[in-house]
Amino acid sequence: MLIIEDLQVELAGRMLLKDIDLEIRPGETHILFGPNGSGKTSLLMTIMGYPQYIVRKGKITFKGTDITHAPLNERAALGIGMSYQRPPTINGLKTRQMIDICAKTKVDAEEMARSLNFEDFLDRDVNAGFSGGEIKRSELLQLKAQDPDLMLFDEPESGVDIENMALIGNTIAQILQKESPKAGNVKPIALQWKERTKMGLIITHTGYILDYVPADKGQVLYDGVLACAGNPREIFGCIGQLGYEECVKCTV
Amino acid sequence: MYSLEELEQKARQAVGKKAAFGDDVDLDSFDRSFVPHKYLAEEEICAIPEEEQQRLIMSGLDVTDTGRGGTYFQKDTTVVHCHSDEEGIEVMPVTEALKKHDWVREYFWKLVPVDQDKYTASAFLDLHDGYVIRALPGSKSIYPIQACLYLDKENLQQNVHNLIIAEEGSELHIITGCATSPHMKRGVHVGISEFFVKKGAKLSFTMIHNWAEEMSVRPRSVARVEEGGVFINNYICMKPVQSIQMYPTTHLVGDDATAMFYSVIVGTPGSYLDIGGRIYLKNRGCRAEIVQRSISNGAHIINRGHLIGEAPDIKAHLECKGLLLSGGIIDSIPQLEGHVEGVDMSHEAAVGKVAQEEINYLMSRGITEEEATSTIVRGFLSVDIKGLPAPLKQEIDRAIDRSNKDAV
Repeated sequence: MLIIEDLQVELAGRMLLKDIDLEIRPGETHILFGPNGSGKTSLLMTIMGYPQYIVRKGKITFKGTDITHAPLNERAALGIGMSYQRPPTINGLKTRQMIDICAKTKVDAEEMARSLNFEDFLDRDVNAGFSGGEIKRSELLQLKAQDPDLMLFDEPESGVDIENMALIGNTIAQILQKESPKAGNVKPIALQWKERTKMGLIITHTGYILDYVPADKGQVLYDGVLACAGNPREIFGCIGQLGYEECVKCTV
Repeated sequence: MYSLEELEQKARQAVGKKAAFGDDVDLDSFDRSFVPHKYLAEEEICAIPEEEQQRLIMSGLDVTDTGRGGTYFQKDTTVVHCHSDEEGIEVMPVTEALKKHDWVREYFWKLVPVDQDKYTASAFLDLHDGYVIRALPGSKSIYPIQACLYLDKENLQQNVHNLIIAEEGSELHIITGCATSPHMKRGVHVGISEFFVKKGAKLSFTMIHNWAEEMSVRPRSVARVEEGGVFINNYICMKPVQSIQMYPTTHLVGDDATAMFYSVIVGTPGSYLDIGGRIYLKNRGCRAEIVQRSISNGAHIINRGHLIGEAPDIKAHLECKGLLLSGGIIDSIPQLEGHVEGVDMSHEAAVGKVAQEEINYLMSRGITEEEATSTIVRGFLSVDIKGLPAPLKQEIDRAIDRSNKDAV
């Protein structure tokens, strides 16, 4: 479980996030809406542990451990992972080597890459000259190898073409244990759902991801404040009709 | 025409001539007299002390000769082993070759001016030895020929002259290591190398330097590449040295000739490394690429790159990147010279530190800051060298990996 209490975060002297409260239980996936510059990426980067995001107040707890000031790699070790929107290129480091870094135990990189139609990129430098959609598949591949319990997705559908959207959407659903339940499983569906452990927090502008991932909860981040918690489809519809400002107003 | 008298006259006039770049080495304070060593049979090479073997392996010389097409091994001033296993490839000591074969003179001092500076002059006047490696027309070798120039005697100035000839349509790979014995401290190495890549031939030359802290090194090398020929020149130096100054130059004289220079340098405190690369593109369709990667851990590194486009439809690129890890200076000097319309020349140069953004990205995948940094540095050094046979490529990667462990 991820618990964020009364969080205030500053970046380069500017207060970006104010009084954030958020709770994600095992098996839950939340959607984060909000206009550009509202602080969505900052919230994800703060949870991941980027040191330039300074926590001024409040607390982040993950699996019962206070990680408010823990370094990035300790959070990764505890089971937090992130799919970035614009990750840096690392020259000379092959995607294949990156998969080895992500995976705690030996994984079959070829097989994993095949599932994302990404085999041809294994021997290319990580993110070097990748298109928007290729970056997303590369990030998903790394997350898949890392297999963390809490996954943070920063606009996983941006720059993805129509053809690859289903692939990306279905992969996210799969790694978040949100796939359509399979009939014929020995366990009843209710029990399968109950046993889900993965947690997700997904930033989206377009809402496409909602077609693939049955999310549990949606929230709007507006001007550094979390508001409007509720059904993600309803919220998305509200934003589409009335805009962010109106949508936030109606619930605050 | 080959005239020893003329060469000698020119050399004598240049004995006091300082080099255009690099600090001046007082050659008179070194010993150039011959040091006799016993010739070693193949099995005897394997029996040399473990510590020395390690130094040799680090420089690419495999004493067991596995995966090698031939060996030239010179200790101080003396050839201690020389043979070729590959059909169509000749390996000979240069002094012997000059006596036995008239054709050798066609190549001796034909590209490097004997009066370029005091080092070239000294290499002519007090030549010890060196190798002639020649691939006969059409012969193709997969396994590299290995050449090792080893210094053992304290305060020696080693003068070497190498001739490398890839005849028409041949393919030749050479891995050459220069190293000092574990106890040696002070010395000078002067190495003249002249490369002839004939029509349609391909030559790769990989040089790994493994010197001592008080060594001064002055290689002087020039290559000439004919129509459709390919010359790949790799240079790796990651160990302490007092000073190295070199500016290898290649003349692409035929249509569609190609030259690629790759250098990987890690400089430790007290080292002065002035490493250049110059390629003349003199005919249509010529291609040139220079890639330089330098890391300073407190060294003074100068990277010079100079591309000269003298014909239309040529393409040339220079990439020079430096990382300052812990002090020192990296001075990057790229230069492009276009002489006619229709040249396509570019360069990119950068000097900086390991990007925090990249460290954070890797840390978020679960590794520590130290592991992330060394992963990025290893990536920085792993240059994609094109056109090498797989075993040689792995060899270079291993050499970089080994040295990287010490450097980071």
